[in-house]
Amino acid sequence: MWIFLSTEILFFGGLFLTYTINRHTYALIFADASRSLDLKLGGFNTVVLIGSSLTMAMSVWSAQLGKKKLVTTFLILTLLLGCVFLGVKAIEYHDKYVEHHIPGASFDIYYCLNNPSACNLSGKALEDETKEINQATEHEGGQQALNAHSQLFFSLYFGMTGLHALHMVIGAGLLVWLIKQSIAGRFTAQYNTPVENVGLYWHFVDIVWIYLFPLLYLIDRH
Amino acid sequence: MSEHIVSPKLYLLIFVVLMVLTGTTVYAATVDLNHYYRGLNVIVALVIATCKALLVVLFFMHAYYSSKRTQLIIVAGVFWLAIMLSLTLGDYASRSWDVH
Repeated sequence: MWIFLSTEILFFGGLFLTYTINRHTYALIFADASRSLDLKLGGFNTVVLIGSSLTMAMSVWSAQLGKKKLVTTFLILTLLLGCVFLGVKAIEYHDKYVEHHIPGASFDIYYCLNNPSACNLSGKALEDETKEINQATEHEGGQQALNAHSQLFFSLYFGMTGLHALHMVIGAGLLVWLIKQSIAGRFTAQYNTPVENVGLYWHFVDIVWIYLFPLLYLIDRH
Repeated sequence: MSEHIVSPKLYLLIFVVLMVLTGTTVYAATVDLNHYYRGLNVIVALVIATCKALLVVLFFMHAYYSSKRTQLIIVAGVFWLAIMLSLTLGDYASRSWDVH
């Protein structure tokens, strides 16, 4: 399992490398774009995912001691927390869709300035946003350049969180598979390797998020 | 699998520490540390994330109690990542091209 996870480290590592180079080149835009992500939802999801790692660790513990019912309970809890994470992610993706922040033909970093009510922007938040975007436009030398360069951040945001979410979906599938076997009473103190290995995978996906959260959501929030 | 059984108390303690570190990293991002040293904000964020990752690997993933062979595989995985990052970024940083 660890050998597979080593290949996963490099798989995600390539994206982190791309992120580093682009963030270094477009530091100002990355900070502005990062502030457009919802810190409350991102923070909530971090707590949910680390919580699901705790319940996963507890299901491995239950399996090691042969507590069959407890294994099932903790696996179901882990699956539920994983689903909450994915649900919140869906809400965040939808917000980005409303704000025209999804890279592609309808990407428009100025959409919220032109349609503040659609993005729930008003008062001071709108003033700050206007100031920020005007500064960034000047810095990049034009609206077209800012739109092009902002898409880099959002492409990486969707690429990295999307790949992470795909891993979560696979993890959820593995959990369903484990829960079925666990209900049938297959896991004992002697035989629990599947629980242990899916646990390792689940914790790995948690670690990826531990890095994604500060790198995507927490750029210069001051 | 021969295994060491970690107590739920320790798991809970690790979880609490992870929550505290999450709070710390959110708070640190709201303070302008770059004012003291350029790039300090991202350094602090990465150090905290690495502490969290280490806690997860060592205790949730039992690496602390694993065999030397398993630990070697983990270190090798991170080592290859380090090679990829350092050589690529080194090449990128030392070229004379204009990045903008």
